[in-house]
Amino acid sequence: METLHLPAGLQIRAGQFYSPFGRINGQHLHQWGFVDAPLVVARLLGPDGLRNPGARLSWLLPTPFYSELFVAVQNSRGDGAVPFRAGGHVHGHEAEETLPLGFRPAENDRGISAWNDLLWTARYAVSTDLTDQQTLLLGTSAAFDPNASGAEGQPDTQIYGIDLFWKWKSPRAHAGFPFVSFQAEGLVRRYQLGAFDWAEPAEHGQHFLADALTGQPAFLPQETVTDYGFYTQLLYGFRPRWVAGLRFDYVAGSRGDYEKTDWTFDGEPVGRDLLRRQRWRLSPNLTWYPSEYSKLRLQYNYDKRKDIDDDHSIWFQFELSLGAHAAHSF
Amino acid sequence: MPRSVLQWLCLALLLFSSTLPLQARLKVVATTADLAALARAVGGPHVDVLTLARPTEDPHFVDPRPSYLVRLSRADALVHGGAGLESAWLTPLLQQARNARILPAAKGNVACCEGVTLLEKPERLDRAHGDVHPAGNPHYLTDPENARIVVHHLADVLAELDPAHAADYRANEQAFLAALDQRLARWQARLRPFAGARLVAYHNAWPYFARRFGLRIDLFLEPKPGIPPSAAHLASVIAEMKKDGVRVILLDPYQDRRTAETVARATGARIVPVSQYPGGVKGTEAGYLELMDYLVEAIAAALEASTSRSETSAPSP
Repeated sequence: METLHLPAGLQIRAGQFYSPFGRINGQHLHQWGFVDAPLVVARLLGPDGLRNPGARLSWLLPTPFYSELFVAVQNSRGDGAVPFRAGGHVHGHEAEETLPLGFRPAENDRGISAWNDLLWTARYAVSTDLTDQQTLLLGTSAAFDPNASGAEGQPDTQIYGIDLFWKWKSPRAHAGFPFVSFQAEGLVRRYQLGAFDWAEPAEHGQHFLADALTGQPAFLPQETVTDYGFYTQLLYGFRPRWVAGLRFDYVAGSRGDYEKTDWTFDGEPVGRDLLRRQRWRLSPNLTWYPSEYSKLRLQYNYDKRKDIDDDHSIWFQFELSLGAHAAHSF
Repeated sequence: MPRSVLQWLCLALLLFSSTLPLQARLKVVATTADLAALARAVGGPHVDVLTLARPTEDPHFVDPRPSYLVRLSRADALVHGGAGLESAWLTPLLQQARNARILPAAKGNVACCEGVTLLEKPERLDRAHGDVHPAGNPHYLTDPENARIVVHHLADVLAELDPAHAADYRANEQAFLAALDQRLARWQARLRPFAGARLVAYHNAWPYFARRFGLRIDLFLEPKPGIPPSAAHLASVIAEMKKDGVRVILLDPYQDRRTAETVARATGARIVPVSQYPGGVKGTEAGYLELMDYLVEAIAAALEASTSRSETSAPSP
């Protein structure tokens, strides 16, 4: 639901929508140039991205070039807000045997009692046409909200991002081809981990985190950890209905204090936090659009996770769009 | 500190916005270069016309660049075809433009197809027929008689939006129509010797031109609108061309030249670069009448060359 003409270049949208953060987050899955989400986006914004019911105000500034400011306020619970108050049980496959983010469950949902308990996102984007054939779009985004990490304290999450999109399209483009596009996003997340005492689960006979030397249940104080990363992707629509792509992904995290002690979990030694460890990936792919409503995509991922073996994977994607669908924005 | 930054920002915006109302010229945004040319012809010095689609690019697929949003947000009038040619990319831009002056049903939203009788309105809509436009074939400006209707419509709208210059718009309209009448007679005379001649086009964009000048442009390199040519379809086109002695292929700048060349080689046909948009072919930038001059002359010359060649190459009895 969207207003068509408020005065002064303002527009309001209400309903379920993607938070205005970066570039990939606002796009539907079928607009992605690759089979999977970039590592840094999936890790820092959550596997489903930021997407929840709420309201968004945008302002097209009266500058000679395109410049737009977005502010959104949304519910901060659920799979559409994983880095916030979604809790530690995303999708249900965060089973008890694996350690959640920061080695502590997310049991600290303090509910919504004030405006700042909601998910706030802001984005400012500018764009200019470099030539008749080239367009550049730059954006900077931020998202804030309490999170539910640990069991005590008032932890919150801050995420910042910058993004860049450049596209060249042939002056004689036919059905949108040929074109070359380059896209890059960098993200930083400051995540407060709430304090958590593993003594209680230990008393109840559940799995618990223990000091490797003493065997005592761990007490994890509140602390702040930083995760960061980027991706760059190049797409080349070299002939009608054919696109070749190459993406490089990188994500890493600062070493948290909680990672500096030797822990065991369920008797097994625990290394660094798997959900925050350095990882990079290289993904070439090839996409063919048999028609405007379908696509076939072949993608190879070389995935290097620090302290874990390399992964090689091959993806084959087939997609068929049915029904009416509005055109996409740039 | 942040407060002073805010004050500066407000001051800058105030200064900037205060310079805007000084511009007295009507800001017109046209989706395609043919409509822009007609708007310029009518508006003359009283309008600023910006074109969205490049004259050389496929008008069905235009990127909704953010800069287009800025242009639309400040436009006094939007001049578009109205027959679905641009709807795929124009609709989302209009939704984001926050400009009540150019929303559908507003005075400044000029659907140029109003009053034009569209050909080939489909009886039923089905993707099996390719990318068919529900309202009918949207390439109506290749018929100069339709340009007459559009120019009159534009003069009405501009006179209503800018009454101070209404007399000028009316005078420009009359001048354009007089020039059109003069040239139309010449164009018809130039193409009359080829009445009934059959031509090939890549896309079904020329039924209006064909009807006006008594040509048959009913063979297409695309099997269906928007569907890329297949080998089997091209073979049938080549067979049909040989059977009927078709020797001319019309090709827009954005269409696949290699496909056309393959067919041309197989049939001895010649390729005529055409465009519905002033500037789509070099030398046609000046405007609509100049573009039509070029089209008529280029097509007549190609037909002339092909008939004289087939006469000379015809086996003697």
